[in-house]
Amino acid sequence: MSMKKLMLGNEAFARGLYEAGCRVVSSYPGTPSTEITEKVAEYDEVYAEWAPNEKVAMETALGVSIGGARAFCGMKHVGLNVAADPLYTASYTGVNAGLVIAVADDQGMHSSQNEQDSRHHAIASKVPMLEPSDSGECKEFVKRAFEISENFDTPVIVRMSTRVAHSQSVVEISERREIGLKEYTKKPEKYVMMPAYAKGRHVFVEERTEKLREYAETSPLNRAEISEKAEFGVITNGAAYQYTKEALGERASVLKLGIVNPLPVELIKDFCKKYKKIYIIEELDGIIESHCRNIGVNNVVGKEIFSCIGEINQSVIAEKILGRVNNFQQLDENIPVRPPVMCAGCPHRGLFYCLKKLGVMVSGDIGCYTLGASAPLSAMDTTICMGASVSGLHGFNKARGADSEHRSVAVIGDSTFIHSGITGLVNIAYNNSNSTVIILDNSITGMTGHQQNPTTGKNLKGEPAYAVNLEELCKAVGIKRVRVTDPYKLAETEQVIREELEADEASVIISRRPCALLKYVKHSPALKVSGEKCVGCKACMKLGCPAISIRNKKAVIDHTQCVGCGICKEQCKFGAIE
Amino acid sequence: MEIKSIMIVGVGGQGSLLASRLLGNVLLAQGYDVKVSEVHGMSQRGGSVVTYVKYGEKVYSPVIEKGEADMIISFELLESARSLPYLKEGGKLITSTQQIDPMPVITGNMEYPENLAEKLSEKAKVIAVDALSLAEQAGSAKASNVVLMGVLASRTDYPEELWQNALKECVPAKFLELNKKAFELGRSV
Ligand SMILES: Cc1ncc(C[n+]2csc(CCOP(=O)(O)OP(=O)(O)O)c2C)c(N)n1
Repeated sequence: MSMKKLMLGNEAFARGLYEAGCRVVSSYPGTPSTEITEKVAEYDEVYAEWAPNEKVAMETALGVSIGGARAFCGMKHVGLNVAADPLYTASYTGVNAGLVIAVADDQGMHSSQNEQDSRHHAIASKVPMLEPSDSGECKEFVKRAFEISENFDTPVIVRMSTRVAHSQSVVEISERREIGLKEYTKKPEKYVMMPAYAKGRHVFVEERTEKLREYAETSPLNRAEISEKAEFGVITNGAAYQYTKEALGERASVLKLGIVNPLPVELIKDFCKKYKKIYIIEELDGIIESHCRNIGVNNVVGKEIFSCIGEINQSVIAEKILGRVNNFQQLDENIPVRPPVMCAGCPHRGLFYCLKKLGVMVSGDIGCYTLGASAPLSAMDTTICMGASVSGLHGFNKARGADSEHRSVAVIGDSTFIHSGITGLVNIAYNNSNSTVIILDNSITGMTGHQQNPTTGKNLKGEPAYAVNLEELCKAVGIKRVRVTDPYKLAETEQVIREELEADEASVIISRRPCALLKYVKHSPALKVSGEKCVGCKACMKLGCPAISIRNKKAVIDHTQCVGCGICKEQCKFGAIE
Repeated sequence: MEIKSIMIVGVGGQGSLLASRLLGNVLLAQGYDVKVSEVHGMSQRGGSVVTYVKYGEKVYSPVIEKGEADMIISFELLESARSLPYLKEGGKLITSTQQIDPMPVITGNMEYPENLAEKLSEKAKVIAVDALSLAEQAGSAKASNVVLMGVLASRTDYPEELWQNALKECVPAKFLELNKKAFELGRSV
């Protein structure tokens, strides 16, 4: 069977896993990596699950590999920080059956809290890293990655980027190759990483890196595209390869690196000898460039003209190298920005409205509710990484004492709480801070596009699963005051928050209401504004609901967006909303 | 053949993903190399959403930069204005006349600019369509994306059959009839 299809990079990646005979997948969602796992779950031959976080996912995948089946685990760039602990030692143990890890970087921070370059993790953990440039390569590189993993006894990371993950291009489909379960034999010197054995494995890792470097010298994953008309050379990787080809065409010879760790030495030296000037076109940090300088290749130009911030594209390259700039038109008009907003009917809105009204310090976290930081709600003081709301609040209160404890809260989503909020809550109970933690339980992992999680009662395949009982969990770690409130009820929610702030004990408030976009959620009819009763006071506008706007000095509700949540109705003192 | 670039812009939730997939499928069936670049994640929550479709003999970059788009298809007027710099000289802008207030307008910090369709027409070839009404006529406000694909289809000459196949491929069966109607209404604008 051979067939051409348009596929997202992530979808092609999933197809590659399928074709390579991958058996078990354990991942945690994160843009732009999520669809790999969602898509691979559609193949019956592959067992796939959402783990509570990336560390658990990576350890599960390593367990699968040691157990003898080809394994995969996917995450976004910051997820690899969470999974770094198992990664750095999995590098030492190596694998039994192949282990492939996807890490998706987000150049341009379309959906992330930082712009880290995950190649640094590959270098530091001494794990090989491949980087495809389009969907076809995604599929092929995954298959290669499994071979490299098994041939060199190592986990292999495949680095994705937003543009490669979320662009569709043409892919040739082929059949799955079933790979039998490998035998498992107990080998403590390989799998028990206590000092005596780990010392031996570190020697192995260094030797392996040298072998991988030799492989990188001749592997077809690294290729030189020589142009007869070339005026200069370019070394590039990932999405930047595509921008390079489009901008420079035959004016440049291109060394395309599909293996971004370890980098070849002789291949680069030979290529760089051919031209007076070599441009290194790589997004984010100047890793290839530093490598060139380290091996004594100095006719390279990289970060002095290409920024280490954001994405590169064909225009940037054309401008920096060829001095070519496109003409364009624009209106002489001040065009308002359109930042993302909480959806109409979002249960987070009511909660943040109350927090704004109370004027408390809000230790924030990551999810749809981070939008509570934007105007008009503007009710968030900090957002760092998943879980940091809870532990950060404890620290803030330890710094500022009892007074602060009555005037601050942490907010954290259900998925994020399970991911890494629980340990912070244990710390609050164990080390006694009178902190107030609010769990925004919308029964789904919203931000990344509706993934199930251990609180939702369903697994990745949508089958029934055990749902963590948040109330009991919080009590079990030592929080005595656990309350539940409905964020569609503003007065009740405000009252509950007030009481818990006043209490001289740590407390958890579960603000519970499913995401308005969930299919099973029944919406009430859209609300209407009575033009007669509306006095144009704009109190409803303070909610920041995208369905409400002002026309001719009166509020109007967009019936295509409104889901009838009713918080604007509760807010209106004139009874103008029905 | 030179690479052609079509940009699809709108507000998160308006269905630009479906539109770009329809178009991508038609172009693939026409025998082109195709790349479609989508936006997932944060901006899908009611923010500005931009999708790129590029086709030709061999397409490298999946993104479209300023001054590169042969055509822009826009689901919302303010987004049309925002995307104008991406249009090539002589390029075409197909825009819905729908207006959706962004947060700075909702909060009263800024005004929604007036007469955008007219102002855009002074700068480029503009086809303005009340896609929302046509979509509602077809049975759902959500189908304005497909109405605009119909408008695009009437301005290009890819066989009708390819569009129909793409609709079948990309739209869930229970919404197929509705979307076919929306497409037809757009086509006859
Ligand atoms: C370590 C890490 N992994 C994954 C992500 C991607 N991500 C951002 S928010 C989020 C979960 C949001 O779900 P939830 O906490 O339930 O809040 P909701 O969006 O539903 O409001 C995820 C997975 C991340 N930012 N950091």
